[in-house]
Parts: sequence; C-alpha cells; structure tokens
Amino acid sequence: MDDLYREIIIERYKNPLFRGELEPCDIRFEDENPLCGDHIRIDVRLDETGHVKEAAFSGHGCAISQASADLLLESIIGKSIEEIKSLSKEDVIDLLGIDLGPVRLKCALLSLKVLKAGVYGLGVAHDELVEGH
Amino acid sequence: MMDNIAVNLRADFPILNREVRPGVPLVYLDSTATSQKPWQVIQAMDQYYQKNNANIHRGVHTLAEEATAQYEEARQKIASFINAASTNEVIFTRNTTESINLVAYTWGRQALQPGDIIILTEMEHHSNLVPWQILAAEKGLRLEFIPVTDDYLLDLEEYQRLLALKPKLVAFTQMSNVLGTINPAKEMIRMAHDAGALTLIDGAQSVPHFPVDVQDLKADFLAFSAHKMCGPTGIGILYGKENLLENMPPFLGGGDMIRKVMLRSFSPNDLPHKFEAGTPAIAEAIGFGVAVDYLKSVGMEVVAAHEREITAYALDRLSEIPGLEIFGPAIEHKGGVVSFTLRGIHPHDVAQLLDREGIAVRAGHHCAMPLHQKFNIPATTRASFYLYTTLDEVDQLARGLENVVRIFG
Ligand SMILES: Cc1ncc(COP(=O)(O)O)c(C=O)c1O
Repeated sequence: MDDLYREIIIERYKNPLFRGELEPCDIRFEDENPLCGDHIRIDVRLDETGHVKEAAFSGHGCAISQASADLLLESIIGKSIEEIKSLSKEDVIDLLGIDLGPVRLKCALLSLKVLKAGVYGLGVAHDELVEGH
Repeated sequence: MMDNIAVNLRADFPILNREVRPGVPLVYLDSTATSQKPWQVIQAMDQYYQKNNANIHRGVHTLAEEATAQYEEARQKIASFINAASTNEVIFTRNTTESINLVAYTWGRQALQPGDIIILTEMEHHSNLVPWQILAAEKGLRLEFIPVTDDYLLDLEEYQRLLALKPKLVAFTQMSNVLGTINPAKEMIRMAHDAGALTLIDGAQSVPHFPVDVQDLKADFLAFSAHKMCGPTGIGILYGKENLLENMPPFLGGGDMIRKVMLRSFSPNDLPHKFEAGTPAIAEAIGFGVAVDYLKSVGMEVVAAHEREITAYALDRLSEIPGLEIFGPAIEHKGGVVSFTLRGIHPHDVAQLLDREGIAVRAGHHCAMPLHQKFNIPATTRASFYLYTTLDEVDQLARGLENVVRIFG
C-alpha cells in the first residue's frame, strides 16, 4: 500500500522520459478516463521492419496514469506490433511494481488501452483490450 | 466554543469511531457526497424491520396500520422541517435527481412548448442539467445559463437580462456542491416570479446545512435527498406548491398512485400519493423522519454556525499551504465545502495520499463537469464539512496536505 507512490512513480511523473509528440508518426490514438478526466495521447513511429523506433505521450492526469504511460512507452521500444498486441494489464502492473485498487487500476491502464486501440486501428479504446489472455 | 458541539455529537455517529486501517482513525471530510448517520436513524430503521414491517396504505391489519402511520408521520415531520403549508406538498422520491426528473417529465412535458426557455446556471450538478437537456431535445426548448463570475458567484445582472426573454422556469442550486457558493435564492425566486417564471430549487446541499423555509422563499419546487442530511440512501423529497402538483399529470404509473383503475383507463389518486407509484422505501422514509428530528434537536442555525466556523478555519489553514488554490468564493458567500487544486499534483493523487492517513476527501469533477470546464480545471480535490466535523480534523487535513506537497516536492 505504502508503495503506491514509489520513488520511480513520482520521479517519472515529474520528469518523464517519453513525454512529447511525434509529428508525423505511424500510429496515433488518444482517449480519456471519463471518471477522472485523465487524457492521454500516444504517438508511435515504426522502423522499416515494423518495430517501434520512437514513442511519445501527451495529455494530463494523475501520477499513476502519467508514470505508467512513461514506463509503458519505455518498454515497447524495439518491440513488434505483434508483441504490443500481446501486452496485458499484468505487464503494466509489473512495470509499476505496485498493487492497485480497481479505481486506480483504470488510471494505470489508460495508456495501454490507448496504445492497443491505436495499434489495432480501432475507433475506441475498449476495456477488453487490456485483459490478460 | 462551537467546536464542542461536534465533539459531543460525534458519539451519536458510530462510523466516526472506526479505524480505516488498524491505528488509522477515520477523518470523514466527504459529507457533501453523503453524510454519516446517527444511531438514532439506524436504530429506527432496524426497529421498523424488527417490529412493524408491513406494506402501507392498503392493509387493514395492525402491522399495516402501524407502518402506514409511521410513514405518514415521517412526511409530516419533513413538511414541518421545510415549513411546507401541507403534507400534500411533500412527495417521497428516491433522491434529488428523481425529484428533478419528476418535474421535468410531468410539469415540463405538459406545460412547455417548442421555443420555451428554461434558465439554469453554470454551477449546476449534472442532476439539474441533464433532465432539462433531455426535455429540451424532446420538446425543442431553449436552455439559457446564468454565468458564474470570477468571484464564483452567480451574475445577477446577466440573470436580470435573461429574464427579459420570458423564461417558463428558472432552476438553480441553492448551494453549489463544488464551490460552496450559497446563492441568494429568495431574491432570485422573486425576480423569476416578477418575470412570470416558475422556480425549481436544487436543495441537495442547502436543506442539510442551513434553515430552508419554502414559504418564506416562495419556492415553487424544492428537491433534496435524505442521505445528505443524516438520513438513509434511497429516499428524497420533491416539495411542490399544492396548486401546481394538483394540475400536473402523474409520473410513474402503478399501485398507490391511482384512485380507480379500469381496463383501459385510470383516475389518479389524491396528493401526495398521486406521485408515489408502487411500494415506497418505507424504512427509509421512517429513518428520514428521525434524521429530521435529529437535526431539529441540534438546531439548523447551530449546524450552520458550526459549519461557518469550521469553514473559516479551513480557508485560513489551507491558504498557508504552498501551491494551494481555493476554487470558490469568500467565506461570506460560502457553505462548508472547500474545493481546491495543488500546483503540479493531480487531485487523485492528493485524495489517495490523504486516504493513507484515514482522511476521506473527494477528487474529480463532482458531477459538475461544465463548471470545471469553464474554469479550465480538469478536476479538484474537495473537503466538505458537517455538524460532526471538528477543528482538529481540519488540522489533520492541513498536515496531510503538507505531507502530500513534501512527497511531490
Ligand atoms: C447540488 C446537488 N444537486 C443534486 C445532487 C444529487 O443528489 P442525489 O444523488 O442524491 O440525487 C447532489 C449530490 O451530489 C448535489 O450536491
């Protein structure tokens, strides 16, 4: 419980490594968590072999949603589209290294939802996108 | 010292004794969302189920008569609490939201024509926006909004100008659940009546916190919820002037709301039953009656004065915290609600970190998204107070916030 605001989360919230926008980019999607108004946009650039070359997020939200976006993007550099499609909520929880209640879990998973909706070329980011297999 | 009132009353609220986690006592600062309940209310509902439970109005057996008497006695207590002229003017609903919808679906559908105007304000709770949006779309109505000024008050000059449009209804909250702003309801109602409009007052935050007298206000409709005033969830009130209610079509159809039913038609029951279809929340109504007794015994003037003292202290204490900005008017215009932002820290993080210390506050848009959009704030943190809130709890909040600032430092 006390680990919810681990140093890495506060650090990544205050000094994110992947914050920004990529213009132009290959994949872009944005969505929000209507419950708390968190808003995240993710831009991804691929290399010739279809692997992630660069990624950036923009928007606003709580420390959990922003830090998880930053950690998520860090983790997908060099990954293929297929590998991104197979990411699930457990992967994000592992990245954050904390246990989250149901409300904050939504904050943590927003970036993965947005990323997967973008990768699948969907119009909306469904909750099912982040369920495990 | 006023604070003693809260200290003494706290013993009546069993939940205030609980620890959120071992060794971490509860500091409940979310009474605007829902208040805690004194044992008197809890016990009355328990007693009803143990001794009197029966369906009301139809039975002739002893239990049914007892239950009916208790249900109607509760109505009587609530009528007297808001100084209604008659119990016929006091309709049991589920909550404020249902009360407002009742007026929109019955009076609104009957009385309004395409092009008619309803005036609302920019500080409304969604429950006093969405029903009118639905009705406006259905009937081709026009909605106009009294703006909120930079001082977080309603712009009454603009209101005066809007009244020249000859609106049919002015619906507004007597106290904002976000800003804490207490609106000059009596004056606003007089202005509406002078322009030939009816008025609906959202009393969800006013009736629980200071004396509200419908005859003095001359309100046409007043909506409020038991759960925000020491009573249970699932029960609320629509007050309406008798001649208005008399002429309105029924809301939901079914048992109890009818006088006579034929295969193809019915004739509605008398007030107030005409608007109470089906078996109501009987235990909750009885609990609501006891909640009103409880507040009366403390005295609504005393409740209001206590909250004023707590709020003034909170504004002082919180203004010392670096980066904290209060979202709401000065104390003269404000009830016991303090919404704020902390620079660079999201309200969700503030609420979560405070929760670690047992402090319950609310984070988000508090069902008032348009108000937050207007001021370009995605969300706020809100601490709210009631008759059982102590100065010590405000100090704990302030210390908790200082800690949040340190963590994000
Ligand atoms: C000003 C105001 N209006 C309406 C409501 C809706 O009350 P209820 O959810 O009990 O219908 C609330 C409660 O949050 C409120 O604060």
